[in-house]
Parts: sequence; structure tokens; C-alpha cells
Amino acid sequence: MHEWALAEAVLTTVLDIAAKENAEKVLEINIVMGELQQIDMETFKFALENLVKGTIAENARIVFETEKAVLKCNVCGYEWSFGEIIEKLDEEAREAIHFIPEVFHAYIACPVCGSRDFDVVRGRGVYIKSIKVLGGGK
Amino acid sequence: MIDPREKIIKERFRNIKRIVSVAAGKGGVGKTLIATSLALALSRRKYKVGLFDLDFYGPSCHVVLGVKDIFPKEEKGIIPPTVYDISLMSIIFFAKEEPLPLRGKEVSDAIIELMAITRWGSLDFLIIDLPPGIGEETLEVIRFLRDSEFLLITTPSKLSLEVVQRLIKLLKSTNVNILGLIENMAMNNYMGVSKKLANKNGIQFLGSIRFDKEIEPAIGNPEKLVSTQFFTELEKIVERIFLTNQSH
Repeated sequence: MHEWALAEAVLTTVLDIAAKENAEKVLEINIVMGELQQIDMETFKFALENLVKGTIAENARIVFETEKAVLKCNVCGYEWSFGEIIEKLDEEAREAIHFIPEVFHAYIACPVCGSRDFDVVRGRGVYIKSIKVLGGGK
Repeated sequence: MIDPREKIIKERFRNIKRIVSVAAGKGGVGKTLIATSLALALSRRKYKVGLFDLDFYGPSCHVVLGVKDIFPKEEKGIIPPTVYDISLMSIIFFAKEEPLPLRGKEVSDAIIELMAITRWGSLDFLIIDLPPGIGEETLEVIRFLRDSEFLLITTPSKLSLEVVQRLIKLLKSTNVNILGLIENMAMNNYMGVSKKLANKNGIQFLGSIRFDKEIEPAIGNPEKLVSTQFFTELEKIVERIFLTNQSH
């Protein structure tokens, strides 16, 4: 249900941008879902579709794009994908990463050199890529 | 790419009357003990209190409270568990006993995530335990929680006094509200040094708490903690700064 909090954050941001543009309606919202956060898409969609009701984004087309998570070791430079190691994580670790992706460092090390010092190159969490609005323009 | 989390943070803190960030220049001056004891002192007076441990490298408010095996509840976000009537949020719920080596941007990201998804509800006070210094944790509190008041801690040691001045300068330059300076672990032969520093820097000196040899066995045992000399002396300061002329 933490997806509700993120869906609420997305809508608040979309409405804020639309208001700044003096838009009459929001026509499209393009959202990128980073793999690392393991968002339950059905719950997120359900939450967002409920939250937009009664707002100028009510009938907006919501487009989702999934971004694979890629990690890069700061010590040896090795790059690997979250997909390669997700199965090795227990449920507790996966849930913790779902809430706060950065706690990944508590549970995973570089598969080559064993360092916990690595960057998430892409695919961390939820981002708004773009929105399309009707009307407005300052 | 737009990060949607930042816009919701204001909403998450909307129903909190006062936010008090406990900060210091140096580590080991007693921030966590004071932040947690402050939360306990206010909670014992029937205020609704939250405690936000923002020290990701050394989270330890839960150690002072002696709690383990608790986890936030999920309900359209996360709801902090309640211990001793205090709503507690800490990275410890997610990182458990593991070290959490984070680089700067990641510290910010983790703070923003926690701020965006934690539902504190209505609180009279939210106490934030900051790590020492002027890194991301302090900067993100200044950025996102503009109403936060800063309670600064020092010991009479030259090392602590020297560094806390940098923090005071930073806070003053950002126009945040500084409640004042508390001297912890006060020692008889160094009386007055912290007060002098507060005066020199134009901030209020809030009082001294003497070094208490009995404090260590009380860590992890709030029932014992509240009967220590440390706690009694902190309570006097709490009475003076928070409970008289409650303006909020």
C-alpha cells in the first residue's frame, strides 16, 4: 500500500505543474518506474486512477515505462543488473528495498569484488518523464 | 525527469505543530540521548510526539528506547510504530543491523523517500535526531522543513565548541530558527565556556546538563532513564523552552 503514497506524490506534482502552466486539463502523464523499487503496478495504477477523480487530470492517459535497474561498483567498476541478483534476496530485504531503495547497500555487495560501495546508474524509483496539458501556456 | 516525491513532503508534515531538530558540530556530545529524552519528556506530559532518527550511519534512538523487532505499518504510505507513546521513524526498520554505506546523493534520496512516504498524522512535536555536522541530513531538513527549529548541543570541550560555531554560522545564514545551545556533560572546572560561546554567536544559552555517571546503565531502559540526574536537568530546560509560553 506504500504505492498509494507514491501515486499521491505523482498526482500532487502533476497538478502543481499544470497549475503553473495555467492548464485546463491534463491529457497525458508519462511515468517511469524504476525496477529497483519493485512497485506493484496494479496497486499503483489503481491508486492513481482513484486519486485523479475530481481533478483536472481525471481523464488523462497514463503511460508507464519500466526502467531496468543497473548498478555499478565504485571500487572495481563492474556493472550488473538488479535482475541478476533479485532472486538471491530474501523477502525481508526485498521489502526494505521496496520502501527505501538505498538500503540496497545493506543487503547487496558487488558480485566481483564484494564492495558495498556502488551506484545505481538507472532504474531507482518513480519519475515523471513528461505531462501533456490542454490550454495554458504563460 | 521530475522527481514526484518532493512536492508531497509539505503535505506529510502539515499537521505537525512544532519540528525541533537536535544538531551538533561534533559527534559524541549527546544528541541522540537528548533528542530521545526530549521526546520522552514531552510525551510524558501528554503531548503527541514523533521522533525521526535521521542518522543513517549510526541510527540509535531505538537503542536509547530499548526497542527491537518493530516495523512501521503500511497504510497508503508507512505509519511509524509507537513506543512509549512516541511515533518512531528510523532507517533501522529497513537496514536492520547491517552497515549502510551511502554516498551524498543517496543520503538525500533516502531522506526524501522517508519524508515522502511517512505519515506522521497530527503531532504536537516532531523531534529530529540529526547526525553531527552540516552534511545532507542537515541540509535536507533546512531545505524541506523550513519551520524546523534547531536545538544545538555542545560539550565544554574545545573540540565541540570550535565546530558548533560553524553549524551556527550555517544556520544563521539560512535564516532558520535557532532555539539555542544546550551544554551537555558540563564539568565544574569549565563552567561558563558554552554560555560565552552562545553569547558571542548571538544565540540563546539554554542551560547546562552535568556529566552523569549513571546514564550508561539507563540507556535502553526509559523507565530508568527518566529518573536520572541527566533527565531531571534536561526536563528543567524543556520546561523553560517548550512548556512556558507555548506559542504554537
